[in-house]
Amino acid sequence: MRKNLNVNGEVRVVDVPPDMPLLWVLRDVLGLTGTKYGCGIAQCGACTIHIDGRPVRSCVLPASAAGGAIVTIEAVGNTPTGAAAQKAWLDLDVVQCGYCQSGQVMSAAALLARNPAPTDEDIDLAMSGNICRCATYPRIRDAIKRAARS
Amino acid sequence: MTLQAPQLPTREIELVTDRRRLILGGGLVLGLAVASVKARAQTADPSRVNPAGPQPLSTDDVSAAAGEGFRGFAPDAFIRITRDNQVILIIPNVEMGQGIYMGESSLIAEELEVGLDQVLIAPAPPNEALYKQPLLQFQGTGGSTSIRGAWEPLRKAGAAARTLLITAAANRWGVPVAECVAERAMVRHTPSGRQTTYGEVVDDASRLPKPEQVALKDPSQFKIIGKMIRRVDTPAKVNGTAVYGIDVIRPGMKFATVQSCPWRGGTLRAVDDRAALAVPGVLQVIRLPDAVAVVGEHFWAAKQGLDLLKVQWNAGPNANMSTEGLWASMEQASNAARGAVAHQSGDFDRAFQGAEKRVEAVYRQPFLCHAPMEPQAAVVHVTGGGAEIWCGTQVPTSAQGAAAKILGVPPERVTIHNYLIGGAFGRKLETDYVEQAVQIARFCPYPVKMVWTREQDTQHDNYRPLYLDKISAGLGADGLPVAWRHRVTAASVTIRFVGPAGMRPNGVDPDAVEEAEDPVYGKFQNMLLDYVQWQPPEGLRVSWWRGVGPTHAIYVVESFVDELAHAAGQDPVEYRRKLLRNQPRGLAVLNRAAQAAGWGTPLPAGAGRGVIVQKSFGSFLAAVVEVQVADEGDVRLRRITVAVDSGITVNPSVLKQQVEGGILFGLTAALFNEITFERGRVQQSNFHDYRMLRINETPPVEVIHIQTNNPPGGIGEAGTTAAAPALCNAIFAATGVRLRELPVRRELLRKNARKRTLAPPIAAALGARLLTPAEEVRDERADANAANDRGELPLDGIGEP
Repeated sequence: MRKNLNVNGEVRVVDVPPDMPLLWVLRDVLGLTGTKYGCGIAQCGACTIHIDGRPVRSCVLPASAAGGAIVTIEAVGNTPTGAAAQKAWLDLDVVQCGYCQSGQVMSAAALLARNPAPTDEDIDLAMSGNICRCATYPRIRDAIKRAARS
Repeated sequence: MTLQAPQLPTREIELVTDRRRLILGGGLVLGLAVASVKARAQTADPSRVNPAGPQPLSTDDVSAAAGEGFRGFAPDAFIRITRDNQVILIIPNVEMGQGIYMGESSLIAEELEVGLDQVLIAPAPPNEALYKQPLLQFQGTGGSTSIRGAWEPLRKAGAAARTLLITAAANRWGVPVAECVAERAMVRHTPSGRQTTYGEVVDDASRLPKPEQVALKDPSQFKIIGKMIRRVDTPAKVNGTAVYGIDVIRPGMKFATVQSCPWRGGTLRAVDDRAALAVPGVLQVIRLPDAVAVVGEHFWAAKQGLDLLKVQWNAGPNANMSTEGLWASMEQASNAARGAVAHQSGDFDRAFQGAEKRVEAVYRQPFLCHAPMEPQAAVVHVTGGGAEIWCGTQVPTSAQGAAAKILGVPPERVTIHNYLIGGAFGRKLETDYVEQAVQIARFCPYPVKMVWTREQDTQHDNYRPLYLDKISAGLGADGLPVAWRHRVTAASVTIRFVGPAGMRPNGVDPDAVEEAEDPVYGKFQNMLLDYVQWQPPEGLRVSWWRGVGPTHAIYVVESFVDELAHAAGQDPVEYRRKLLRNQPRGLAVLNRAAQAAGWGTPLPAGAGRGVIVQKSFGSFLAAVVEVQVADEGDVRLRRITVAVDSGITVNPSVLKQQVEGGILFGLTAALFNEITFERGRVQQSNFHDYRMLRINETPPVEVIHIQTNNPPGGIGEAGTTAAAPALCNAIFAATGVRLRELPVRRELLRKNARKRTLAPPIAAALGARLLTPAEEVRDERADANAANDRGELPLDGIGEP
């Protein structure tokens, strides 16, 4: 299947099986390895990307269904909430191993874009799909609040 | 093996690969990276060193640039300074989330007098002679040993290099060394104000003899150590540029995924691969003795192919292995008349018989999977007489050796490029995934990236062993233990990793008894601790898991001390204070944690607090976990309070990170995790049935850092070792139910099912006479104390340390 994908503001032409999850198109075809594989069944959120600003688990999204503007961790810093989240992540030393943090930042940036002042409940709702094995959750929560204030 | 190469669009791959090669390749890397670091250094805020931070270079390319062909100042294994004043620090331990790039670069930079915003960081290549970990005695990262081992050597390395650079500058100017000072990679002659960069004197410094003795800074002079400085590896981890082993891309690389035999010790019998090979993008099906792999143009093709294989296995000797059967075998082993004695003092039997009260308990802990977020992966290119390997590993020289053995070549023919690790927790002390990738790559004329599925990662880990602990104590008139008997039964991790040389001559596995033998309280009176080595079925390998031996032992000791406090009718904090009367560091952390947690203040119905105090890895830590147990048995974490004394702390921010994450990591396991076998197969497969704590389940965690001038302790695992006993003690306080088996079983906590857990009659098996159970008394006391914990009764004696 030949398809145009709008990835990080560029049109990329790929020829991939229709059922191939977008995750593997990004990682193995386009070489955008910032988006991570963790579970393959939308349980961990490491593969979270934005499509038209909404957070999507790319490990279960077939390439054939991937339309709209795709933004990955490599370019989310160009969006106001992505940049704010990244800065807050650094300010609060959130990261340990870092493997899940691409997905965490993407989920947080999407949350902040639709809700500039999230409550704890809002954060729980938006972020509970993202597992962090290092359990940096307390700092993720604080960093989202800090980014919201900025 | 069939080669079938459909023409997939690899153009994009090549484009990216070329770019990668540019960024990561050879000499260019230094130029690019130096430029970016310099740009940042100009805007550095001196109060927050490293505001953006240099990116650690997660390949060996810097080591290549800084290695044999290096032109410049190379006084030792860790420091390289170029003529244009670029400082490269080669970090002996691997970064897997614990912040060691930060910690070890801080030690060197502190004495070398360079800013962390001025350095590049490179992982050490495999080299036992240069990078052997002083405490482990091999090149590896684990056991919370890194800072403890590096504390002196790395500071001395920095100080020696600084001394040479100052001397070189002083000689050039013809002035006394004592009139010169170093700061931020510059030497300044104080009286004249003349100054020079380190880079300008590297050639002179290289010709000077090494100083025999160097003076280390007084801690009052530290500029980096002990300061809240941001981690150096963070920026790349929030913008997608950090490269983990699973992210490596090589020119012409293909992708493999694999299914190992579902039965440990089983083998591959036959594969029908016709459907798999018909999948567009599938290139090869590779048969290994105990696994089958599919190679494709991308992971998805390989995975599709794998799912379409019709595989027949020889299940082998463990076809009927079950968790139930393994426990029965452990139980039998634990009834041995004699175990290997780890510690014996006084006369347990006599003291036990003469005790006012006797308490006994059996604790069971399950197999645990490491489950790092990054599934096992490695890129291997087997070439004419050797191989290049790109991966993350905690043991680079072991990985190199294992690969060389498979290929039948000397180790130096195998190059290991070590990368950032997406969580290890002990998993990457194993080299199985590297070995398997090498076996696959032997059949491939191109570099191949093997990526395990989460299912393969969960089911083919080497697990933390089962532990069976039988323990009994006699209490004196004051309620404190006068006799202590503990038998540990477990497979030996030490035998697997180190071999007999790691065991004590009498057969004790030191890991299995660590912190049971010498708990925070010191040794108990009339104490007998022994170990029975259980032999697991062949093919069932046990592994180090975060917290190693102490995670096992502290759960048992701190659960049991809690039981003793309740049996004695005493408050668990007060009881521990009495036991700690000669242990000031333990007492101090206990008092701070209890005070900060509001120990003894009222809680809502259904809530309870549990306390533990421990020493592990040279650090002292007390924790109070507060839970709410619903009538249906669900446990909700309300609040966690930890006080920690880790001695001199290199980076307080990293310390707090590690304690926060460490205790939540341990709570995840205690609440949710066990690996079980049924008919030889692992029953868990992914995060839906081996589940992780999530943010909505995470309570506030307060970490109180007590700074002392004791030698630095390890901190990556101390939070984890505290978790399970603090949780179970809290559940007891909330419900009166003592959980002696992990993970937490909600069905035991349902309000109408709650029972006092009676201690089983184990004393005979342990060599003491059968007991008169004091359970009835104990449970009444337990009720009173549970009420106490809920704040229904006044408590006193809680105050400032």
